[in-house]
Amino acid sequence: MSELRANLAAVSGGDASLVAPRRAAHATAPHVRLAPLPAGVVDAAPVLLGCRGLQKSYRKGAHQIPVLQGIDLEVRQGEFLAIVGQSGSGKSTLLHLLGTLDRPDEGQVHFDGSRIDNLPAATHDLLRNRYFGMIFQFYHLLPELSTLANVLAPALIAESTLGYWRRRRDYRRRALDLLELVGLSHRLKHKPRELSGGEMQRAAIARALLMQPRVLLADEPTGNLDRSTGEAVMQTLIELNRQSGLTIVMVTHDRWIAEQADRTVQLVEGRIAD
Amino acid sequence: MYKLLLCWRYLRTRYIALVCIVSVMLGVATMVVVNSVMAGFTHEMQVRLNGMLGDLVLESRSMDGAADAEAAMETIRQTAGDAVVGMSPTVSVPALMYIDVGGQSLTRQITMVGIDESTYADVSQFGDYLQHPDNREQLQFELRDDGYDVYDHQIEDQSDMKPRQAMADAGWRYRRYKAMLKAQQREQRRRADAARMQALAASGVDPQAGFGETGAADSAAVPGGANDDANPATAFSDPFATAAGDEQPQGRDFDPANETHTGIVVGMGICSWRGSDGADQFIALPGDDVRVSFPKASLPPEAISEFYTVVDFYESKMQEYDASFVFVPLRKLQESRGMIDPTTGIAKFTSIQIKLAPGVDANQVRDQLQEAFPSELFLVSTWRDKQGPLLAAVQMETAVLNVLLFMIVAVAGFGILAIFFMIVVEKTRDIGILKSLGASAGGVMGIFLTYGVSLGAVGAGVGVAIGLAFTHYINEIADLLSQLTGQPVFDPAVYYFYKIPTIVNPLTVAWIALGAVLIAVAASVLPALRAAKLHPVRALRYE
Repeated sequence: MSELRANLAAVSGGDASLVAPRRAAHATAPHVRLAPLPAGVVDAAPVLLGCRGLQKSYRKGAHQIPVLQGIDLEVRQGEFLAIVGQSGSGKSTLLHLLGTLDRPDEGQVHFDGSRIDNLPAATHDLLRNRYFGMIFQFYHLLPELSTLANVLAPALIAESTLGYWRRRRDYRRRALDLLELVGLSHRLKHKPRELSGGEMQRAAIARALLMQPRVLLADEPTGNLDRSTGEAVMQTLIELNRQSGLTIVMVTHDRWIAEQADRTVQLVEGRIAD
Repeated sequence: MYKLLLCWRYLRTRYIALVCIVSVMLGVATMVVVNSVMAGFTHEMQVRLNGMLGDLVLESRSMDGAADAEAAMETIRQTAGDAVVGMSPTVSVPALMYIDVGGQSLTRQITMVGIDESTYADVSQFGDYLQHPDNREQLQFELRDDGYDVYDHQIEDQSDMKPRQAMADAGWRYRRYKAMLKAQQREQRRRADAARMQALAASGVDPQAGFGETGAADSAAVPGGANDDANPATAFSDPFATAAGDEQPQGRDFDPANETHTGIVVGMGICSWRGSDGADQFIALPGDDVRVSFPKASLPPEAISEFYTVVDFYESKMQEYDASFVFVPLRKLQESRGMIDPTTGIAKFTSIQIKLAPGVDANQVRDQLQEAFPSELFLVSTWRDKQGPLLAAVQMETAVLNVLLFMIVAVAGFGILAIFFMIVVEKTRDIGILKSLGASAGGVMGIFLTYGVSLGAVGAGVGVAIGLAFTHYINEIADLLSQLTGQPVFDPAVYYFYKIPTIVNPLTVAWIALGAVLIAVAASVLPALRAAKLHPVRALRYE
């Protein structure tokens, strides 16, 4: 918790300078990019998330449709990795397997030095709750809950009723900080259907960051947004990566979006193209 | 934590869930009402039965009875000891009662019970059912001056019942008034006869010795030589003279205005009936004379007929008893039936009513007493034994009703099942989201189980509240329904209660509520399992 506080402080400490330039960049020079970290810094970092020989196929009636056919991938701590590929190339499936939402047919997934794909479901639940943050193309906010409650959802899931009640102030403050960070402070009480697409995605990012995850897994985060909104969301992700060293794995079909990441990996028909 | 929050949100935003709640609610409310009313009826009936029958009865298997009540009571006292707190011997015999109504004689089949008025009230509630306040204190087979209850003393709330206005007249005043009317009629008839005789004499027919006199002996003396149309009045007055009960059966000097026959307490149902408006109509009142025919305890049996004066009514509100029982003094009935041994003076009895100390196991005492008396001559039974089939039938009825009504709640359970499945399908994507955020399968299942519990609890809670309110105001509701439909919902003429009796048993209500909640939970298990088993990726992609 203290670690997250420190990170948050680091992020929100530069709040004024963070938000203002982003807006300025957005308004005046959409193609301005932050300078990438020196190559050596990321390369020297330990591997946080990786997979080896990952295979997955789906059954459709009598047919077995192979989706992933042996994927080897390594994501280093603090890296912003983009996985690009056409629709149906298996990139979303790869992300789901990395995020333990699904289990591979063959191969292994490693997280922080240990194998995680064969762990029991309860441990997967815990991993998703505490260590992985996820955002999706269709935002996937809970329609019944307000923006604030949506951001607090991971904490609600993590804690027992009593435990949540005891720490509710901490969680609430963190959620408010995060919503301020993504620029949604004025939308706390709104239901998801009252938000625009960009706002919903930013709320989803805040939710993904609440439990201070080690990795952020983003599945086409800009796929459903118009260019400028998508760019703003990208900017937020890049800032998170640069400012607080958050490891991000992003899946996208948009080459231009992918170019903004540190590294890009292309997926073609279930294999990584060289 | 999220379980409760989401549960609450779903409960608030899914109006279809209200349908589940309403169906559970209705089922629970119906069960509460039916159980309360059935318990009320059962209790009322048991109190009346016990009040009528006493705790324990020792019966002679012979209709003509067995000798020496004193000795039998001594045996009982020695056998049962402290368990017995009161005893009273009785004689009962089937009889016919003739009630004179406007010159017509109404015949009723009755059971005539000779009771010892000093002890009988101790062994049963008999005293409480009488209509004169003094008789309720201590029964005397004497006609009271007046003061018979116009308002039913057994009903607390008098607002709904119709007063029995006729009872205000009952007593000596009524008897004297009737005697006066009778005397006037006789006088009129005598004058009419005299006038007719004079007319006959004037037309040349020789008037005989009957002139100026009435009565059976005199009218029989009218000569047959007269023409048929000459003496119709006397010929017709003859049968009336004997049929009318309160002429002079016991000798010439019986004066109905100042004397009575032996007193008799008659069941309310024998002398009255209740109209559909709830008002009671009487065909005889305390102060009237009735005639009773019953067999003597001799071989061959010989029917005897005696006059009694109604001194009070008794109303147990058990139609079966009120319409068949009459009570007379024990000694008088024993004498009339020839049950007293002329040499020893020892009288026979047909049964001994026994009152037990509170808390004593009646069945155990019954078995002890049955051993003490030869079972081929005597039968010992508790009031429950005597009314076994009736009590069993009521119990059966309650059980069947409960089963049927529980089916209603079960149907509500299937409604919950269907609606929950619908909600799970509708919420598939949300379930996927929750799982992607780290919610466990058990947690997702918990949402829907909690949902089911809440629906069941809210439904049962509101149902219990409605049921209790309905039970509390059931008579007002029945009245309202009667007014709206124009048909009596609760006809006092049928039930002999003025109001629908209800007893709310908290334990029963608790069981009903618990059962409803359990059914709601059981119905939500399948949808909850389905939700728990949803694959997160497929759930997220669900459109």
